[in-house]
Amino acid sequence: MAGEYTLIPEQAFSDFISGTLHQDTDAYAKLLEAGFLVDDTSALSLDLLAVKLRTKLSNISRFTSLHMIVVTLRCDHSCPYCQVSRQSEDKEKYDISPETAGKAVDLIFRSPSRDIKIEYQGGEPLLNFASVEFITKYAVSLASKHNKNVSFVIATNLSRITDDMLQFCKEFDVSVSTSLDGPKDLHNLNRPMSGADSFERVASGVDLTRRFLGRSSVSALMTTTEASLGRVKDIVDTYVEMGFPGIFLRPLSPYGFAIKTKTYSKYDTRRWLDFYDEGLEYILQLNRLGVDFSEFYSSTILKKMLTPFSPGYVDLMSPAGIGIAAVVYNYNGNIYASDEGRMRAEMGDETFRLGNVHANSYDEIFTSDELLEPLERSFTGSVPMCSDCVYEPYCGAEPVYHHATQGDFVGFKPLSGFCERNMHVIKRLMSIVEGGSADSRTLRRWSIR
Amino acid sequence: MIALQGYGIGLKEPARRGSRIFRLSTDDKRPGVLAKQECFLSKDGKFPPAFAAGLCLGDYVPATGYDHGIWALPEQLLYLGDGDIVRIGEIGEIRVLFRKNAPMNYFLLTERCNNLCLMCSQPPKNVLDDYLGDEVEEVIKLVPENTDAIGFTGGEPALLGGRFLDLIQLASSYLPNTDLHVLSNGRQFVDASAARRLGAIGHPRLVLGIPLYSPSPATHDYVVQSKGAFNETVAGLYNLKEAGVRIELRVVVHRQNFTQLTRLANFIFRNLTFVEHIAFMGLELTGYARANIDSLWIDPWNYRSVLSEAVLRLYDYGMNVSIYNLPSCLLEQPVRSFSRKSISDWKNEFVAECATCGARGECCGFFASAGMRQNSHITAL
Repeated sequence: MAGEYTLIPEQAFSDFISGTLHQDTDAYAKLLEAGFLVDDTSALSLDLLAVKLRTKLSNISRFTSLHMIVVTLRCDHSCPYCQVSRQSEDKEKYDISPETAGKAVDLIFRSPSRDIKIEYQGGEPLLNFASVEFITKYAVSLASKHNKNVSFVIATNLSRITDDMLQFCKEFDVSVSTSLDGPKDLHNLNRPMSGADSFERVASGVDLTRRFLGRSSVSALMTTTEASLGRVKDIVDTYVEMGFPGIFLRPLSPYGFAIKTKTYSKYDTRRWLDFYDEGLEYILQLNRLGVDFSEFYSSTILKKMLTPFSPGYVDLMSPAGIGIAAVVYNYNGNIYASDEGRMRAEMGDETFRLGNVHANSYDEIFTSDELLEPLERSFTGSVPMCSDCVYEPYCGAEPVYHHATQGDFVGFKPLSGFCERNMHVIKRLMSIVEGGSADSRTLRRWSIR
Repeated sequence: MIALQGYGIGLKEPARRGSRIFRLSTDDKRPGVLAKQECFLSKDGKFPPAFAAGLCLGDYVPATGYDHGIWALPEQLLYLGDGDIVRIGEIGEIRVLFRKNAPMNYFLLTERCNNLCLMCSQPPKNVLDDYLGDEVEEVIKLVPENTDAIGFTGGEPALLGGRFLDLIQLASSYLPNTDLHVLSNGRQFVDASAARRLGAIGHPRLVLGIPLYSPSPATHDYVVQSKGAFNETVAGLYNLKEAGVRIELRVVVHRQNFTQLTRLANFIFRNLTFVEHIAFMGLELTGYARANIDSLWIDPWNYRSVLSEAVLRLYDYGMNVSIYNLPSCLLEQPVRSFSRKSISDWKNEFVAECATCGARGECCGFFASAGMRQNSHITAL
């Protein structure tokens, strides 16, 4: 559970489980050092394991730190993979109201977490920048009142970014997360807007943002679509060329286009794995040539595998990160356990709706059956095929994914794309780490990013 | 190798009996109020009045005398200078306690120890040596305030208990801007309250250098010749961390542990992530190491690749790591930059091959005490 592992010969393993492994063997020493075996010389072993487990799970005691607020559903893009945005001029209908925003922020500061992060989501948040300003200022005042740290990030396509907005971001230490799907043709195909110049707008927006806020203040996230699958090198090259320190090769989303068109299946997971393998190999090749560039999905898993720390990545936690690591406040006051949960809601599935800022108290929301039920059911320590999986400490519970794909919070793992994907990625990473080449050094460095 | 003691030739007999600790001064205009507690160091045999003792670089006959005598320095101590601190006995025995120009001065707090390490360079003695603490107390008050670093060593300094804490407190109060490096095996801090008392002093420049030889309790206990030492040391490390005391791990590499270095690196990163620095150190062939040479010696050339692996692993994991006491030519190229010129200046030497070496400026050289055993892999870089 603490994430320790050690590699020993198969014969030594059978000796170990049959209780005949000799004390003078290498395998015995390795098992003892990693805490798999305790004898009269290693009285401290259990205490060390306890400390490591406590460190790994410390994010639970801090409770919800990431709070996403959907300030508007309006957007100037019409990406087919997005389930939520609206091409509407009707501000009244799809923008968050000051009353709703204020109540959301009040709830946010009920969280016991000392460090609060507020992420502005959309739609396109810049289309309702007045709410961004209002919420930021109110949150800053509450943070000083409650003696908490608060930080902000805007998830934006950057098409509408202005000097004035960036001046505000600079003043209130707001960072920027944008969408970049790859080279121009792919990006503009994935992310259509009137003028068909989304890529150019992102590129100049990234440059402008860096000028105001600094090089590392803007990060980018890609969405993998069918059109992306054969083009991982082009996508990576785009990120390298634009000066990003790494890329998150995101899994295909089961929430968007794929589910809707009923084509999401294991077949898609296989294709994504080829995409990932090719991308990882290409990125490692760049590192061999001296380019310091990471793949963030790998580094998240490597942190769980190789370090005593926890990456705090919502989709790879057990208990699941829904609600207790991250929570979403929608423009209309509805509260969802995750961003994917909100997307499900826009498709008519309200399973992950925890309440509404106008109708429910903090206690009602965070002790609701809608939250506790999926958390408890999906806990990997007790889920069939997870509880006895050797990779369990490096994986996580994903109740929203399994609900979306299989109709329940647990899912049948042999049919789970999530399971297949993580098994593959973890094995791949472990074989490289233990392979002893220059690549294993690269992966170790990623593990502490 | 710089000598730290010798006998002076009496030029003027002392008027008073007993040995005393003096700060040396070369200033013949020194105000009497200070001079009366100090020892004048004369180049030319002239001695101003008012000093308590005198040392002389040559064999002159001084005109006047001092309470604690005037002595001609033996050849090996001619390096002494202004600000150094010495003890002078009544028959001219001179011990150097502090050298102002040395990068590091270690003070021995006790010769007693609860470990009996196979390679101990300072074999412990079970003697009542409380006078050592008294001496250190006196010296600390004389050490200049702008000194970069001093160290406490042993034996096991923490065995002194309350006296140990008093000396840390004294250093903290008199030398708040001086790094204080304490060599301890950490076992006393298995008692969390001892760790808390040390932490409560709040000396911001205190670092405990604690040895860990293996991730395997059996191996570590064998190396330190004490059952249960590993568990006490590791528990002590946790207690010290909790008490806010900064820690450096020191790993002397030898035949008993060299195969385990990468496992040790993993263990440190997984379990002792909080340590500030890890130093891998070559074996000093002195003290017990000479007696146990057959079970300890391995040519560093033969463990160079496993050492590189351990060092780079810790480095890649973001840990602060160094190599001490190993000449650069015995290290693989990727880890040479981790090597520090660490051997105390009075212990290091070079051999003939080093004369043409371009890396000599960055190299720590060899322990004069051991000559590194004639090593065929020493090569000019």
